[in-house]
Amino acid sequence: MGAVGLAAVVLSGCQVPSFGAFSGSTTQGQDAFKLWQGFFIAGAVIFAIVFFLIMWAVLRYRRKSEAIPAQFQYHTVFEVFYTVVPVVIVLVLFGFTFFAENAVDAVSSTGDPVTVNVTAFQWGWEFQYPKYDVKILGIETQNPEMVVPAHDTVHIFLRSVDVIHGFYVPEFNFSRYAMPGVTNQFDLNVTHTGTFRGQCTQFCGLYHSIMLFRVKAVTSSQFKSWVQQEQRTPNTSGSIAKAKREILQGKAS
Amino acid sequence: MTDVIVPPVAGTGAHPPVVHVTEAHHGHEEHGPSGLLKWFTSTDHKVIGLSYMITSIVIFYIAGLLALGMRIQLASPSSSFVSFAQFNALFTMHGSLMLYLFAGPFAFGGLANYIVPLQVGAPDMAFPRLNALSYWLYLGGSITMLMGFFVAGGSANFGWVAYAPLSNVTNSPGAGADAWLMALALTGFSAIFTGVNLVATIFYLRAPGMTMFRMPIFTWNMLVTGILILIAFPVLTAAVVMLVCDRHFGTHIYTVVGCTTTATAGHPAVPAPNACGSPVLWQNLFWFFGHPEVYILALPYFGIATTVFPVFSRKPVFGYKGMVFATMAIAALSTGVWAHHMFTTGVVLLPFFSLLSLLIAVPTGIKFFNWIGTMWRGQLRFTTPMLFCIGFLFAFLMGGVTGVMLASPPIDFFTHDTYFVVAHFHQVLFGTAVFAGFAGLYFWYPKMFGRMLDDRLGKWHFWLMFIGFWVTFMPQYVVGLRGMPRRVASYPSYLGWESWNIASTIGSFIIAISFGVLLWNLWISWRRPVPAGNNPWDAHTLEWFTTSPPPHHNYTHLPPIRSERPTWDYNHPEHPVLAHGPGANESSNGHGRTNGTVAAEVPSA
Repeated sequence: MGAVGLAAVVLSGCQVPSFGAFSGSTTQGQDAFKLWQGFFIAGAVIFAIVFFLIMWAVLRYRRKSEAIPAQFQYHTVFEVFYTVVPVVIVLVLFGFTFFAENAVDAVSSTGDPVTVNVTAFQWGWEFQYPKYDVKILGIETQNPEMVVPAHDTVHIFLRSVDVIHGFYVPEFNFSRYAMPGVTNQFDLNVTHTGTFRGQCTQFCGLYHSIMLFRVKAVTSSQFKSWVQQEQRTPNTSGSIAKAKREILQGKAS
Repeated sequence: MTDVIVPPVAGTGAHPPVVHVTEAHHGHEEHGPSGLLKWFTSTDHKVIGLSYMITSIVIFYIAGLLALGMRIQLASPSSSFVSFAQFNALFTMHGSLMLYLFAGPFAFGGLANYIVPLQVGAPDMAFPRLNALSYWLYLGGSITMLMGFFVAGGSANFGWVAYAPLSNVTNSPGAGADAWLMALALTGFSAIFTGVNLVATIFYLRAPGMTMFRMPIFTWNMLVTGILILIAFPVLTAAVVMLVCDRHFGTHIYTVVGCTTTATAGHPAVPAPNACGSPVLWQNLFWFFGHPEVYILALPYFGIATTVFPVFSRKPVFGYKGMVFATMAIAALSTGVWAHHMFTTGVVLLPFFSLLSLLIAVPTGIKFFNWIGTMWRGQLRFTTPMLFCIGFLFAFLMGGVTGVMLASPPIDFFTHDTYFVVAHFHQVLFGTAVFAGFAGLYFWYPKMFGRMLDDRLGKWHFWLMFIGFWVTFMPQYVVGLRGMPRRVASYPSYLGWESWNIASTIGSFIIAISFGVLLWNLWISWRRPVPAGNNPWDAHTLEWFTTSPPPHHNYTHLPPIRSERPTWDYNHPEHPVLAHGPGANESSNGHGRTNGTVAAEVPSA
């Protein structure tokens, strides 16, 4: 039932409503989005069936007399049916999950991706481009902007210098924790140019609410000229430690 | 003499003989102090159970008010109703109070304490003094946590999950955090002792004839809950002690400090393995407690629903044994799914935890179909407890379906830590602890106090709450999918989140009004009591055989126990459970199924 709907969606990729989610501005986000569409349809079908059964029982079997109904307790065929069918549905859902997950989490080993070291701290972000010796540092009031080339693989190294943060870009359908002591890696293949808002999604203390950033996807030529401009006249100087001191002093005064 | 307790006769036909379990020798059932002193010194499971319930409901109202504070703040994008710091304290304490001090203790400290000994025909819990200690530890822990509001720096404000290293002494230096940790240690021990007591009571104090497969499902669920408590809570308590060591004794169990780092060209510095503490260890330990905990909070409430549906359908529970095995399967699976809270950490094995999490949908689905099967071809009476249980079905269905979505890591990646998750777990927990929980209150209140709650006011409570529930939580799915993270005190105004948040706030106030109706109902029943009698619902289980409220040692005599609903069998001997398959003709003797051993029916007295 639901599984068939899921299969239809994932295989065909046809025009199905978004069901409230973003359709994904990265190839990874689009894979997650297709899975979401499938799960939503499967969930809606199962919801509808159970909803109908409950409503039927409630409306059809409301008390009509004082007679005591038949005191039956077991029906082996039904019981086996509603055990086996959910197992099959779950296995199908897991199969689609497994393949979508591999696609979303895949890290390309070929080519020469643009690498960005993203470092989260209370309460801001640093985007460092090791290949170009460029660094963007922003605290929570400045919305630092990570500039990446569209239609190209961007490889992210994500870490944190203090507590756990979450790197979350809603339109990419993706988030990942930035954890002290751990370096997380993932690829982003942005499919079109534009500016996407991002936000810390894992609660990280006092100013978690406004720990924002942006991702700006530009064409590769624009990206090259942006890099050159940054190399000539850096927008940001200083270090995370200095930025943190300034934040705390600014809030204290 | 008090041994003559005549149960109401709902059916016709001859009653089987009762079994006298105590000798009547005094006019007084109770000895010892009365009044306030009784409440302080009692080891009676009924007094302790009521203390638990009253305390946890007070906590529930406080936590609800904190939620209203958050909803007021979020009704506009950059409200200054509370500061960021206050908002962080609000959601931390709302979650902590609801999860640690209401939902669990109300079920396994309150209802189970009161009902389980009655349902198995025992005079008390196995360890009455340990039971009293549980309550006083719980009360002490609750007061300790609430005291956090009054210490310098305010209460804990690192979220109810207290993720390291945010919860260490550098990031959360206040005494409020220590009060919070101490409260967890106290209530943790309280829960462990209650778990021990429940398991021992159910294994050893069942009345003659009450075989394991004649136990009511509520008791079954409390047994499994007790076992889960014994698996989960010691882990939390140990984790909390280690966090206290990190905070005050200079250990670095959850903190990355003093690690040697190596930076190579093109790659960021990586800590050397095994050289330092690990923040993710806290998450592993916490969720190894936390996910069984979710089912510690759910199974008792499933038990309530499984008690209420048969009574008001006038049928036995459908698929009794399937229900028992489904409960066990949920418990077993729940110990292997903790890392689905950690999908976005990047350090857990996604397919394993995804598959086990998805599989929990199977036994949960079995329960759903059994509940529907119980109502199927019944004679449904829509009393207040029944309405609350039907509300629970819808709420839990919605929360369950979104739970399956969240069990899929690629979907979890973009819904984790957003309002989608907030909506999901509120629908699950509100569905169980509030819908089914208050079904239990309306259902057993007549037994506990010998007086009825008003059914008309009960229905007002239900419908207001039911409407408020959907208005509050459905919009949160929408803003969650549009990218609104949880635990934020403000949000940009240009993203279209505001109207959904306003709807959610309105819904929360409708829920608040419904709980005003409940208070009014309790007040009315106190001022103008309507006597309940022993068995106002024509219910099935043993507790409805004794008086309301039950005497000090619960029973002076017991009916024969030949199925999981001895009171029904006693009152309706001509309507036993219809067996099918092999042994079908055995059920024609008028005493219900006879699949137990004969020896179990020999009275002990």
